[in-house]
Amino acid sequence: MADETIIDVRDVHKTFVSDTRPTLWQRLTGKPHVQKRVEVLKGVDLVVHRGETIAILGSSGSGKSTLLRCVNKLETIDAGRIYVNGHLIGYEERDGELIAEKASVTAQKRTDIGFVFQHFNLFLNKTALGNVMAPLRDVKKLSAAEAREIAVPNLEMVGLGDKMDNYPSKLSGGQKQRVAIARALAMEPSVMLFDEPTSALDPELVGEVLAVIKKIAQQGTTMVIVTHEMQFARDIADRIVVMDQGVIVEEGPPSRIFTAPQHPKTRALLSRSGILPA
Amino acid sequence: MDFVKNTLAVFPALLQAVPVVVQLALGAMAIALVLGLLVALARISSIKILRGIATVYLEVIRGTPLLVQLVYIFFVLPSIGVSIDPVPAGILGLGLNYAAYLSEVFRSAILSVEHGQTEAALSLGYTPSKTLWKVVIPQSFVVSMGPIGNYFIAMIKDTALTSVIAVTEILKTANILNSQTFQTTAIYTAAAILYLIISLPLSRVVVVLERKARASG
Repeated sequence: MADETIIDVRDVHKTFVSDTRPTLWQRLTGKPHVQKRVEVLKGVDLVVHRGETIAILGSSGSGKSTLLRCVNKLETIDAGRIYVNGHLIGYEERDGELIAEKASVTAQKRTDIGFVFQHFNLFLNKTALGNVMAPLRDVKKLSAAEAREIAVPNLEMVGLGDKMDNYPSKLSGGQKQRVAIARALAMEPSVMLFDEPTSALDPELVGEVLAVIKKIAQQGTTMVIVTHEMQFARDIADRIVVMDQGVIVEEGPPSRIFTAPQHPKTRALLSRSGILPA
Repeated sequence: MDFVKNTLAVFPALLQAVPVVVQLALGAMAIALVLGLLVALARISSIKILRGIATVYLEVIRGTPLLVQLVYIFFVLPSIGVSIDPVPAGILGLGLNYAAYLSEVFRSAILSVEHGQTEAALSLGYTPSKTLWKVVIPQSFVVSMGPIGNYFIAMIKDTALTSVIAVTEILKTANILNSQTFQTTAIYTAAAILYLIISLPLSRVVVVLERKARASG
């Protein structure tokens, strides 16, 4: 079972089209309106196996966050296919044809994918406990007692057993992110996706969040982390994936990537981070 | 001192009209809240016809005076066979009118809820409609509390307009008293003070609600 595939990304393309309406100035001057198209993913293939921890590295604009967001359909792909646990994301396949699926089906598939955002996105009108209980009640239809039974140990696991009744406004950034992690974990997803989980945190709060993520990785949770924390990636990842300008330029075990990178973009990234001499 | 004494003497008679005002305000507010939310949802809906209907409703209501709307409901609708008693007509008129204004409160409150909240809900497996009802709308209510309170106070004062469609609320009661006793100054002073007594405490409540809404954000 060690090689069981959890995420299978095949030749995924994604283009962002900027505001399609011409500006007032363009209308007044009659200048032709050029739609700005940016191809952020230019054919990405990635396989994640059960129990693996993958870290995606890359400079800003390399497409790493977009790739992660495509996996649970927060962004819709233009071409290619993404499978999570064998389920095609965003589409149904009938006789070899892809048909856009209903929103409720997408929602069902998302319950199996945990997602942690850069900006936490805790429900502001709910306490820490309320945040973790909400999807258990609203999505999994559990009773309040059942939801609490799952939520409490998850909050304790991230070290917030004493902050359960605090609203997000009364939590630090690091605490908020840990609640967000507990909220996603409580749904018992097959895979956890972390989108730059520490990028919005004050430097002194980064450690507590990384410690929690490491703990989860050690429990055997399958996860993909988009991060700028090079040392952390080296420390916990089974495999490093390096992206640049919409493609994966290199992947491999951290021991090799960090000491003998093959691709010039990887070398540039590592030397900018001070890991390799410039 | 006669003026003070006369004014005080009018109060017991005017107070009898307070239950009608409460009935008008609460009934109309219930209509305005429910219909206002529906109109707001229609305005942000992706269905073009719904958006169209809601926009026409909003423009018609906002573009005509409340007084004319009340008169229309009470005096014109009977000509097409719909007669409504004064108090229900007043509740309906005020409710339909304030629904338009509250829909704009709800609409901007719903749009003000951070997109991150929606993304978080979707990522946890909420369907789009569940995201709207369980995550976005509850949070928009917190933002709306202050403006809703202000409209409620305005509506209480606007109940005076229903005097023209034969509702015996405070102003109508004052008119009746005036025609009997001609103590014009005392009667209308008392009426004005009575409106103040009702709205001032409510204004304080609104201030508290707004402070709470800010604190939770």
